[in-house]
Amino acid sequence: MNAPVNPAVADAALHASPWRTLLLQHPLLRPVAALLVLLLVDALLVPGFFRLEIKDGHLYGPLVDILNRAAPLMLAALGMTLVIVTRGIDISVGAVVALSGTVAAMLVGGTMVMQNGVPAYVANTPMPAALAAALGVALLCGLWNGVLVAGIRLQPIVATLILMVAGRGLAQLLTDGQIVTVYYTPYFFLGSGYLFGLPFSLYLVAAVFVATLLLVKKTALGLFIQAVGINPVAARLAGLRTATLIVFVYVFCSACAGLAGLLITSNIKSADANNAGLLLELDAILAVTLGGTSLLGGRFSLAGSMVGALIIQTLTSTIYALGVPPEVNMVVKAVVVFIVCISQSGEFRQLFTKRAA
Amino acid sequence: MSAIAHGARGLSAAPWFTSMVTVVLLAAMVGIGGAAYPGLLSPQVGFNLLIDNAYLVVVAVGMGFVILSGGIDLSVGAVLALSTMVTAWLLHSAHWHPAAAILAVLMLGALFGGAMGAIIHLFKLQPFIVTLAGMFLARGLCYLISIESITIDQPFFVAVSQAQIPVAGGFVSPGALIALLVLLAAVWLAHFTAFGRAVYAVGGNEQSAAMMGLDVGRTRIGVYALSGLCAALGGVLFAFYMLSGYGLHGQGLELDAIAAVVIGGTLLSGGYGYIAGALSGVLVLGAIQTLIAFDGNLSSWWTKIVIGGLLFVFCVVQKLMGGRR
Repeated sequence: MNAPVNPAVADAALHASPWRTLLLQHPLLRPVAALLVLLLVDALLVPGFFRLEIKDGHLYGPLVDILNRAAPLMLAALGMTLVIVTRGIDISVGAVVALSGTVAAMLVGGTMVMQNGVPAYVANTPMPAALAAALGVALLCGLWNGVLVAGIRLQPIVATLILMVAGRGLAQLLTDGQIVTVYYTPYFFLGSGYLFGLPFSLYLVAAVFVATLLLVKKTALGLFIQAVGINPVAARLAGLRTATLIVFVYVFCSACAGLAGLLITSNIKSADANNAGLLLELDAILAVTLGGTSLLGGRFSLAGSMVGALIIQTLTSTIYALGVPPEVNMVVKAVVVFIVCISQSGEFRQLFTKRAA
Repeated sequence: MSAIAHGARGLSAAPWFTSMVTVVLLAAMVGIGGAAYPGLLSPQVGFNLLIDNAYLVVVAVGMGFVILSGGIDLSVGAVLALSTMVTAWLLHSAHWHPAAAILAVLMLGALFGGAMGAIIHLFKLQPFIVTLAGMFLARGLCYLISIESITIDQPFFVAVSQAQIPVAGGFVSPGALIALLVLLAAVWLAHFTAFGRAVYAVGGNEQSAAMMGLDVGRTRIGVYALSGLCAALGGVLFAFYMLSGYGLHGQGLELDAIAAVVIGGTLLSGGYGYIAGALSGVLVLGAIQTLIAFDGNLSSWWTKIVIGGLLFVFCVVQKLMGGRR
């Protein structure tokens, strides 16, 4: 990706100190700047936006809420990033969320029993087994997507479209079209529990993020995945097992979606096969794009995707906090996508360069 | 033996083979369904299939052009919803003449699609992401007009919605008739005009098309404008059908349209297939729903599972054939 260098920036870079150059050309500059602008708007217009208080040893405040609500999206965006790096796309994320959430909720369930005369709920299946089963279903979904893309060589959008349509149907088949309610208290810890004063979901996201980062930065895997995205044929000729790599990214993406499904069902204490994670795939793609990952593959930023997810959630929260009707949210999102995509395109930069020259 | 094998290979390599598979599938479904539930074979069931899916036929025709050109349009469901909303609002609050309202909505749809096409072409962006943003925009605009559903009680719309045109022992709605006319016009446009040939050329290989001197930009913008126009017309038909405008109309419709086009035998990589396949694709989807409704024991989610399974089978068949060609 040889983006034409803006002469104005290059000129400034010659005279500026090296760390400033580094900062100006850092890929995270624009997403972080966008997030800061949003937070600035909040700081000016929403009273008490940065208020943090400690109640019962837990940290409360709008910022914590945003982080907690963004957790499923951040997970989905992490998985989506690796898929998009290989020039793929996974639009079955929402369906996988519904499937894994449904499986977990049905297995955990919760039956009331009397213990020493006190009613208590026990899980139908031991929770670790239920969680493992839910993630197992998610992994199977990923394997299915990966085999369709790498084995049968379907276009990624079509391959994942199949699961997107059928997955929700399967989830509804499992629940018989009903919403499954969970009564087993320990399960709620995943999505709404606190650990050392912070929501537990944040630790989960952080763990997945760090693990992914280590995996792609400290091993050759990141380089391999990038190579597949830049030129699949060349990567294969260079001896990479491209098919295995592609299956891996789809399995990884589905695993992230499965985790997100656990967080969502645990947070709302029920699994709704029809609505859980609806349109999550689109928000995840949006987060990845906002974070500076190229949809043409090959160039990516995991941290950028996390920032992108935070931008989306902050935008939503801001719109609610400002008292603007929530319906405006979609229009704003659309305009943001248009602006980001157009400003990322080479044609736009050329236009800008010509004008600047 | 080898002659038969050769003949079979020649048959499966013929461009109309997948389309024929769909038609055979449709006939088989109706046949098996008819054997199980004799009521299914009454002509009115077939006409109802058309009446209930008229808007989907029109939307799938537009989607067919986009997919033939090698693109994809995810905004059609939202544009359909926006059209019902604008129609209802123009009639209800602005008291426009129905003809003027319909004309305005159609132009709006074409402009919306054309604008997306222009952005895709000028900035070399992926159709997927641009039409995704278009989807958000159109849905958002719906809610800006009204969050609630707006009822249409304009006399002309009510009259059209209740009109029954008698045909061969049954009746069809004006909407179904319009859908068939649109399909005919689209077939003519695709196979007998320069625009249609340009669409196939761009979908087959954009660079070759450009080198042949075809105006790729104009073709692409035209294709998305056509898809927007079809989605808007689908919206008008939907407004006839439902007599309301609502921001939640047509949710997931884009996927139904894509599925119909694929099942109708059009390759998603572009440049290969028939516009008429949109009709057989839509009818197969409709027949699945009718069969599930006739069975009575199967729940509605089986529709999704069966459609997913069919998509899978058709994609794999297309791939296997593509490998042989």
